[in-house]
Amino acid sequence: MIAFGPTEEQDLIRQTVQEFAASEMREIARPCDEKRELPEALLQKSWELGLVAGGIPESYGGGGIGRSPITNALVLEELGWGDVPLAAAALTPALFVQPILDFGTDEQKQAYLPLFTGAKFHAASLALLEPSFTFDAGSLRTVAEPKGAGFTLTGVKRLVPLAASSSHLLVVARGARKGLAGLEAFIVPRDAKGMTIAANPDRTLGFQCLPRYTVELDRVEVPASARLGGEKGIDGARLVNCVRAASLALALGLARGVMELAIPYAKDRVAFEQPIAQKQAIAFMLAEMQIEVNSMRHLVWKAASQLENGLDATRATTLAQTYVNREVMKIADNGLQVFGGHGFIREYPVEMWYRNARALTVNEAVCAL
Amino acid sequence: MIDFTLTENDEKILAAVRAEALICRNYARYYDEHEEEFAPAELPEAKDFKNPFAYLSTRDDLDSSMGVMSMLISAGQTWGDYTVRMRRGSGGLGNAALRASGTPEQQKRWGGKTLAMAITEPGCGSDSKAVQTTATLDGEEWVLNGEKIFVTTGCRAEGVVVWATIDKTASRAGIKSFIVMKGTPGFEVTHKEKKLGIRADDTAAYVFRDCRIPRDHLLGGDESIAKQGAGGFKGVMKTFNMTRPAVAAIGLGIAQAALDFTKEALAKEGVEVDWSVGPHGRSAIQQELVEIEADIEAAMLDVLHATWLSGEAKPNNLEASIAKAKGGEVSRTATQRCIAILGSMGIAHEFLLEKWFRDCRITDIYEGTGQIQRLIIAREILGYSAAQLS
Repeated sequence: MIAFGPTEEQDLIRQTVQEFAASEMREIARPCDEKRELPEALLQKSWELGLVAGGIPESYGGGGIGRSPITNALVLEELGWGDVPLAAAALTPALFVQPILDFGTDEQKQAYLPLFTGAKFHAASLALLEPSFTFDAGSLRTVAEPKGAGFTLTGVKRLVPLAASSSHLLVVARGARKGLAGLEAFIVPRDAKGMTIAANPDRTLGFQCLPRYTVELDRVEVPASARLGGEKGIDGARLVNCVRAASLALALGLARGVMELAIPYAKDRVAFEQPIAQKQAIAFMLAEMQIEVNSMRHLVWKAASQLENGLDATRATTLAQTYVNREVMKIADNGLQVFGGHGFIREYPVEMWYRNARALTVNEAVCAL
Repeated sequence: MIDFTLTENDEKILAAVRAEALICRNYARYYDEHEEEFAPAELPEAKDFKNPFAYLSTRDDLDSSMGVMSMLISAGQTWGDYTVRMRRGSGGLGNAALRASGTPEQQKRWGGKTLAMAITEPGCGSDSKAVQTTATLDGEEWVLNGEKIFVTTGCRAEGVVVWATIDKTASRAGIKSFIVMKGTPGFEVTHKEKKLGIRADDTAAYVFRDCRIPRDHLLGGDESIAKQGAGGFKGVMKTFNMTRPAVAAIGLGIAQAALDFTKEALAKEGVEVDWSVGPHGRSAIQQELVEIEADIEAAMLDVLHATWLSGEAKPNNLEASIAKAKGGEVSRTATQRCIAILGSMGIAHEFLLEKWFRDCRITDIYEGTGQIQRLIIAREILGYSAAQLS
């Protein structure tokens, strides 16, 4: 049935997260960006909302509300509205947890899920991106080669969020087959021999407060039990679609935030004796933002719905990604334009959102749906 | 719930619509070239096809809503052809107005007739409050004078809902709708318009010269002129909340036909989108195909969203305009881009693509241009009146 109505439970969750984003994220976003600092308190407070543990079954100590990419999309839109890098930091553990939920063997679930059901924020992450200007998840350079009963992992990963504080990394590598279907994922403890996490985070445009690291894997030996999904392996397309769609949900929230700030500003700002919002040149830009925020939301929901129903979401995710990445950049760009010179000054958040929009829309591994 | 899957029942209907659409396509070129003729009320093949609407009676709670289905059906039909139908439905835009604003007696009296809707005049289109056609009360009769153009279904319709002003000084509040049946003295169908596209479609021009109709033919029956606000104008504008998404769906059906044709043509030449490959692995043409497909999907979801809201009895003024704005834009650009992809063979007369390109262009104009939709959207999100943002 084609329907566009969140359930009452989803509405309640969304409302709770919206309040959290407004009260806990918005105010600290600017100082965190300026100082390149990630406050422990924010991680802990968001942890207490149960956004990661909620989806873990009760049998592993989780909240047991069920794995729901649609609910996650709603949550990520609100968090992205709050602040994208802070949201990505708070949900970094989901990059590790969701794939375990989706593909893990019983033993793997038993061994790792309880790490994330405690009272304290527990970091673990996903190592997917690589240092290539033509990066494509379907053709990774990091390789997993069988050795004895286990595997050796070799390659370089970039921009791995919270790698330095993570207990484990889920390392994605190319296996025997080509393309997304050939992807393999391995659970690697941080102190694994041969794995080096850079001493300092990678510096990037945007995402200032989220420490992301270069991780080098030099013939890292892992046992067979580290292979996610055991002998069956993983559904590489689903893994990639889950992380791609999550970025899109965050981007949607960012775009909505830009629009919601540009509207009152345009009504308030007077030029030529009239609020600029009363001029079609500005009003139409704002109308365009609303059109695209709605359109993007539907595409993100559709991709999430495919994931929720266990269907192949590759087409839906690719369409959403193509559309959202294009439109979010446009909205951040036009939002800044509405503010004129003030948009360029680091007093308003729009220049920060403009940077984050560019960074987010080229980066497909900041969160998982 | 949030869901985008079609049930078996949904699929059954859409498959039947698709089967009919393929037959209708066989007639598409003929009626495009013979715009002076009307496509038949029923095609000869109709006897071999079960009417898709028959499936609508056996539906349950898990199936998509009737509103959502009607949008998918509309798009499915125009995927075949804009005008030609296996069985032409009855009713026109005027019937939607009658349903939205007519008194129970009026609905009973004219509900079974095909009613066109005449708003546009040679001197006013988008600014529909500027209508010059007048209605003057003379005893127990209204006397209509004026010209109307771009009247959809205007030649075939049995009657028409006409917008006319009963008091030019009252602006919008003075505008009322009147039902005028064909054959009324003083009501003349002057010609069928010649158009860029949708040529087979019946688009008429009317003249009213001292055309007298009984007093009770005023739609809704309210003769008063509101001192403030829009009066009955709001009522007639309500019609558009229902028709805007539908018009977008109609355009998007054609845009989808153009994309499907383009993909098929390219596949024969060995060019196809590999969904498992990221943007770095796509050629410019493959990327273009993905972009067009994303645009059509986004626009169609906007249409379904607006319709779904009205089915849930939720306000959808904003969303109906979003659907129309996006749908209009994508209908234009998708067909333009498909021809650009296929190059000089894309304009060849032996294919319908060039026709779809012409047919689609109207989507961003009628039922409120894209610019009017943006005005409506902007006013809504800014909390502005028409006076504050014009």
